[in-house]
Amino acid sequence: MQPFKTHTGIVAPLQRENVDTDQIIPKQFLKRIERTGYGDFLFFDWRFKSDGRPNAEFELNEPANRRATVLLTGKNFGCGSSREHAVWALRDYGFRVVIASSFADIFANNCIKNGLVPVVLSSDKVAALMTRAAAGPLSLKIDLEQCMATAQDGFSCPFQMDPFQRTCLLEGTDEIGATLKCLKQIEAYEASRQTFGSVNC
Amino acid sequence: MRPRSLFEKIWNNHTVAADLNGADLLYIDLHLLHEVTSPQAFEGLRQAGRKLRRPDLTFATLDHNVPTSTNRMIINDVLASSQVEALRRNCAEFGVPLFDLDSPDQGIVHVIGPELGLTQPGMTIVCGDSHTSTHGAFGALAFGIGTSEVEHVMATQCLLQKKPRTMLVNFTSKLGPGVTAKDLILALIAKIGVDGAAGHAIEYAGDTIRALSMESRMTICNMSIEAGARAGMIAPDEITFSYLKDRRLAPSGKQWDPAKSYWHEHGSDPGATFDKTVEFDSASLAPFVTWGTNPAMAAPVTECVPYPEKAANESSRNSMARALEYMGLRPGTPMEEIAIDRVFIGSCTNARLEDIRAAARVIKGYRISNRVQAMVVPGSQKVKHAAEQEGLNRVFQEAGFEWREPGCSMCLGMNPDRLNPQERCASTSNRNFEGRQGAGGRTHLVSPAMAAAAAITGRFTDIRAWHYKD
Repeated sequence: MQPFKTHTGIVAPLQRENVDTDQIIPKQFLKRIERTGYGDFLFFDWRFKSDGRPNAEFELNEPANRRATVLLTGKNFGCGSSREHAVWALRDYGFRVVIASSFADIFANNCIKNGLVPVVLSSDKVAALMTRAAAGPLSLKIDLEQCMATAQDGFSCPFQMDPFQRTCLLEGTDEIGATLKCLKQIEAYEASRQTFGSVNC
Repeated sequence: MRPRSLFEKIWNNHTVAADLNGADLLYIDLHLLHEVTSPQAFEGLRQAGRKLRRPDLTFATLDHNVPTSTNRMIINDVLASSQVEALRRNCAEFGVPLFDLDSPDQGIVHVIGPELGLTQPGMTIVCGDSHTSTHGAFGALAFGIGTSEVEHVMATQCLLQKKPRTMLVNFTSKLGPGVTAKDLILALIAKIGVDGAAGHAIEYAGDTIRALSMESRMTICNMSIEAGARAGMIAPDEITFSYLKDRRLAPSGKQWDPAKSYWHEHGSDPGATFDKTVEFDSASLAPFVTWGTNPAMAAPVTECVPYPEKAANESSRNSMARALEYMGLRPGTPMEEIAIDRVFIGSCTNARLEDIRAAARVIKGYRISNRVQAMVVPGSQKVKHAAEQEGLNRVFQEAGFEWREPGCSMCLGMNPDRLNPQERCASTSNRNFEGRQGAGGRTHLVSPAMAAAAAITGRFTDIRAWHYKD
């Protein structure tokens, strides 16, 4: 995975709470066996009308938001299903950062594995950014080394991230490779682990 | 020694390496796979030239996208079929036992794990599915993971995890007649919110829980994720042990007694502390029905659709107004006046034998409403077979229900079982998100008995006043 240090991009505001992964990528697009190509289906039922034409009222379809790479949204983003396809779709569409006042746990884990940066800001700060982004294209810089979000208009806000998640993103860690370095400990654990007869099918 | 919670005991017992940059490396005792979230993980393993570390601790089934029609060995949906084929090929290549469509053990992954005796107290269990929390009903630490984590477990049999905080939910008093585990968990989620348990592992305790069957306990743990919880768990007791006795893949013979005493250690010690505690009196609980587009948007069947203007703040007001518009509901409408088009009895939440029996008891001697189309999708082949042995399939069919083959079905509509736009469904599943059961479909979550009663009357009906004809 590519290490992430900083990113500067246009903010797309999506003023909703509890956006679930069924909305981010509906079930009909989960039948593919690849990791790529999900961007066209991102927010499918919100982005497109039932006749297939773009829904002009949906935030991401606004001309100002078409180049956005930072998604700004309400609390508990990514709740519901564990489908990693939701993160693949956001990445494939072009998002590098999602800012929300909170994230669902499995979704946040999935973000880290794919270099999508989940930034938690207080609901007040999210609201302040929503107002700025609604007023015109807002370019925001996310600096993960400094843990700082800054805009050209003077907005500046530090954020916190779990040290494990931050390190994975900054270093682009191959987690499986890192865990396999603990192979001796895994083997030692296996040698002493509690079992009650082998399971045979 | 300091008193420890059930969660802490399992976490500590499974820590292979502590505090790697703030995360612990946990050993995983049981890894369950299905066709939708595993193909990319197998492919990743293959590309990196890695082996599946413990095929003996890995089991797979087909459930999410499979048709539930009788003749389903040929799947017409090309993409679904290729996903099914991919799982078959992957399981053959990596040596994973697969409960295929023709297996008497096939079923929804969270129904068959317990049924086979794979799910046991004290274990760590993962699956690429958020409803893995179901297995916590046995006193296991069980949680859903994404596909990258599935690949991680395949390669290492371990997961790097940040330790969640703990929450105790204490349910006290006896449930009234007709009030079920489903109502209990819906009421809890309505109380604490869809993110009320985010970042936490919940332990459900109290005399209400102790009186519940394993199947009801599974319903409760299943929906922990709908409150945002990382996991939900219940300390094992005699009810747990007698459920496990003689299950095919559970310890048996000389292994049984040592296993049972090991399991016995898995309860929270008196005085164990939790980061959060919620007290819930179950005595006056009424059956619950959801009215909105997330599981916390729920109310007792005796109440009315709420008014958004009475919401606590602007953002909830907007969410409620949006939800009611999607659901096509007017504030102030009594829940019992909401007419439905479809009924779905199924899913990993409520498609075990106890659920099927409860629904059958309600409909016995009745016909479903002319305006309703209704289906029962048993959670597994074993559930289906056991219900058929009791003649319950005939009860449903005589009432006008379809009796189908096991799978996830219309809980998420990946297979052909779907709602049409604007169709309103009383569903025993776990999510009422927009479009969950089909684009534009309107889902109301209820218990199996409430779904059955709605099928008969064509609207939500308080099951506590039901006239049973058995």
